[in-house]
Amino acid sequence: MHDPESRLLGIARSLYDQFRDGIVPHLVLPTRTKKNIEYSTEDDVWVYGDQESVRSVKTIRGARTLLKTVHLIDLLVKEHLRGNRASTLREIYYISENWELAKFAEQAESDRLIEDLEIITGLQREDFHVRPEEDGAAVFGPLRIRERTRRGEREIHCQEDIGEAGYQIPFNVDFVEFLDHDARMVIAVETGGMYARLIENGFDEEFDAILVHLKGQPARSTRRFIKRLNTELGLPVAVFTDGDPWSYRIYASVAYGAIKSAHLSEHLATPDAKFLGVQPTDIVEYNLSTDRLTDRDLHALRSELTDPRFGSDYWQKQIQLQIDLKKKAEQQAFAGKGLDFVTKRYLPERLSELGMA
Amino acid sequence: MDTAEELAKQQRSISVAEFFEKNRQILGFDSAPRAIITCVKEAVDNSLDACEDAGILPDIFVQIKRAGELYRVIVEDNGPGIVPSEIPRVFAKLLYGSRFHVLRQSRGQQGIGISAAVLYSQLTTGRPARITSRTSPEMPARYVEVMINTAKNEPEIIREEDIDWERPRGTRVELEIEGSYVRGRRQSVYSYLKNVAIVNPHARITFVEPDGSTEKFERATERLPKRACEIKPHPSGIELGELTKMLRYTERRKLSSFLKESFSAIGNIAAQEILQISGLDPSMDPRSLDYEQSKRLFEALRRIKIKSPPVDCLSPIGEDLIRSGLAKEFRVDFIATVSRPVSVYSGNPFVVEAGIGFGGELDRNGRVEILRFANRVPLIYQQGACAITHAIEGVSWKSYGLDQPGGGLPVGPAVILVHVASTNIPFTSESKDAVADIPEILAEIDLAMKEIGRKLRRFLALQETLSERREKEEIISKILPRMADKLSDMLGLERPDISRVVARIMGNVLVRRDLNQEDGRLIVRIEIENNTSSQRSFKLHEIIPVEAEDLDPPARRVDMGGCYDYQWKIAIRAGERMVLRYTVKSHLQRMPEAVVEGLEPEIVTGARVLSDA
Repeated sequence: MHDPESRLLGIARSLYDQFRDGIVPHLVLPTRTKKNIEYSTEDDVWVYGDQESVRSVKTIRGARTLLKTVHLIDLLVKEHLRGNRASTLREIYYISENWELAKFAEQAESDRLIEDLEIITGLQREDFHVRPEEDGAAVFGPLRIRERTRRGEREIHCQEDIGEAGYQIPFNVDFVEFLDHDARMVIAVETGGMYARLIENGFDEEFDAILVHLKGQPARSTRRFIKRLNTELGLPVAVFTDGDPWSYRIYASVAYGAIKSAHLSEHLATPDAKFLGVQPTDIVEYNLSTDRLTDRDLHALRSELTDPRFGSDYWQKQIQLQIDLKKKAEQQAFAGKGLDFVTKRYLPERLSELGMA
Repeated sequence: MDTAEELAKQQRSISVAEFFEKNRQILGFDSAPRAIITCVKEAVDNSLDACEDAGILPDIFVQIKRAGELYRVIVEDNGPGIVPSEIPRVFAKLLYGSRFHVLRQSRGQQGIGISAAVLYSQLTTGRPARITSRTSPEMPARYVEVMINTAKNEPEIIREEDIDWERPRGTRVELEIEGSYVRGRRQSVYSYLKNVAIVNPHARITFVEPDGSTEKFERATERLPKRACEIKPHPSGIELGELTKMLRYTERRKLSSFLKESFSAIGNIAAQEILQISGLDPSMDPRSLDYEQSKRLFEALRRIKIKSPPVDCLSPIGEDLIRSGLAKEFRVDFIATVSRPVSVYSGNPFVVEAGIGFGGELDRNGRVEILRFANRVPLIYQQGACAITHAIEGVSWKSYGLDQPGGGLPVGPAVILVHVASTNIPFTSESKDAVADIPEILAEIDLAMKEIGRKLRRFLALQETLSERREKEEIISKILPRMADKLSDMLGLERPDISRVVARIMGNVLVRRDLNQEDGRLIVRIEIENNTSSQRSFKLHEIIPVEAEDLDPPARRVDMGGCYDYQWKIAIRAGERMVLRYTVKSHLQRMPEAVVEGLEPEIVTGARVLSDA
């Protein structure tokens, strides 16, 4: 029995049995910090390691969390699965209003518990009919897809059938089927400004590129979409972000998986994805306009030096250089060299360095 | 075109007043709400210093009034007053003061403060400062309206006369300024005065706000702080540059007397030792030392052990008064204080004192409140730039029982007071908002924080035993029953018995009785589980109205007339379980609860406990 309902009830049953057998009820979970992620050579992604933490009713916090977990399972089983309903992450937080003692203090708490349930059951939140608020981001490029919507199937060409904003990635990417394409590569872009710049400059046509707008830290659906473009269509992926520590984490979550969702890395991460820029070396080489690193930036960079996902020589060198420079640059800083600079000079140069053009 | 020459033509000397006119932010007048606080601060500092110098218990009256679009700031004290001829220069000439060249602890040092306030008033409103001062009951009070000539940095008297004044002695300053008045916020006149009251418990401060409401900060002691005396620089921690300067400008003509006369804490023996280590001739002229020789002297000063600088040049608040100051203004459950020994940086003695208040009505979720003081003056702005804040942030508060998410200031219901007293407080800027990061000072604050941290930890450990008990109560009385209900409801199973889990969590002795009907007989099974951490010995009683059979292990039977009391003597080690059994022939309607004798009621679950009496 591998259906979501029986897996969720299995968790409830184990807690029940612990009560009955006089064992202090508890759950065992992998520790979810950067100290406990390791490289899986099997899938080339970062996954949780062997460290486990025990959550038990012995402490007041553990007891409250487990009570909340039980309430959450009850909701998912009775309302979602048996009642065939769905809620967003935010709605679940609000639903707990009536749970008194088990009420979530903030949405981060319910989000985390849902991730915990994913880890224990080995399923994804979509299996529990839980969806994020955030829509996936947008896609623009020579790609024809078929989307199964609630109102029937739609065939869409991601250059010809859409407006300037691009095709919106649905939250469940498994409803999308790739039909055909003329693309040679996928460029994932952090900021809306740069995404629009590339479209305006016709970069997608000139380089046969599918542009994906990441909208900051990318949603799961966006990462899943990129992963599928990479594996199903065999397209190389390059990630183009600002040149600051937060953007490197965006790249890392696309390429290696996020620490928060390392249990899903095999579904979401695109280990082949390359980091295009802005690299700290670009700041020097292209003499970009910069801002000073804040204390928070520096702290984040130092923390990345010890993050196993940034353990490669390339990243250690780049990060160390940035710490020395004490500078960061936005991707739109290229505008200072003229609006065409990024598509005529920077991207072609970087893509040929990466062997993609 | 020669740029340098062009520029040189444009250069002309500017007066100090003009300079400050263009740089008012460095004096603390950079924003409208701040300007009012700074004006009050400068006037109150002066009042407190003057009272202390004269040995008078300060009685300070502060009033802020609305005057149309402007505010009128009035500060009045019962201090010694200022002689009439001095009034204009004290209030309307920058860098004029009596304390600048003297090495002892006082609030004001540079002689900028009050004149800067006067200047600000003049710049924003064009009005003169109005000063009333009286030095003794025998003299009339002098009233002066004065402005600063900003080009010359000289006072300009607008009006002056002798007047009647109800105070026998004291000074009153009245300034009209453009500003904006903020109530209640952390950075407000009210909180500034509250902080002044905390570290100056010998002062009485009355504050009247624009809406007429009056707050009185009563004095908590009649004892004046000890008067600070003047001292010479202390040799330890002096810098080479300073030493060279002293060597050059000394009036002594012999190195040995230079050492003895220019420094505190150097006597004959110490001087000899220093000269020996440095290999310098005691009779040489201090001014004739070359760089190499000064450096040797400098090294020698560093190497030898010299007694600490005299404390009497500093005026610490004292642990008792810090405690009463905190207790007076905050409702807390716990206060700890510490007073560090005197220490030295660059030849300047300083002392760090600190206090922490915890619990009570303080905010549980925010960052702790920091009260920073330098020479008894509250520091309100630029908390993030201050050595006090940095030192507090550098402590790992987690080990002392406060959260510190993401580093930085700890979080929790605490207020931390730090007072740095010195003959020369190293501020980061003229506006005297923050103490500079001097390693010696950081280290002393760090030690002070660790000391109060240890005291806090001891207090918290005690509290924890109590709150652990309370939390466990919540777990067993609220959370676990709900969890069991929800689980059984969801799974469609019978509600599980949670008593064993409860006893485990409570670390209790569990007594659990199972009853089973079988062939018209009642089979009783009593499970005893010792979840405490030590061996337990007690008696277990089953008091039933009928005779029991098949007792395993056997029990002593006491006939109680109509009732039988079966008694087992139990000795059970920590973590062990045992089972008692017996059967009863007849069908019983009701079984009374099992009774335990010889254990404290708090550690027993599942049975009634017989008290020793």
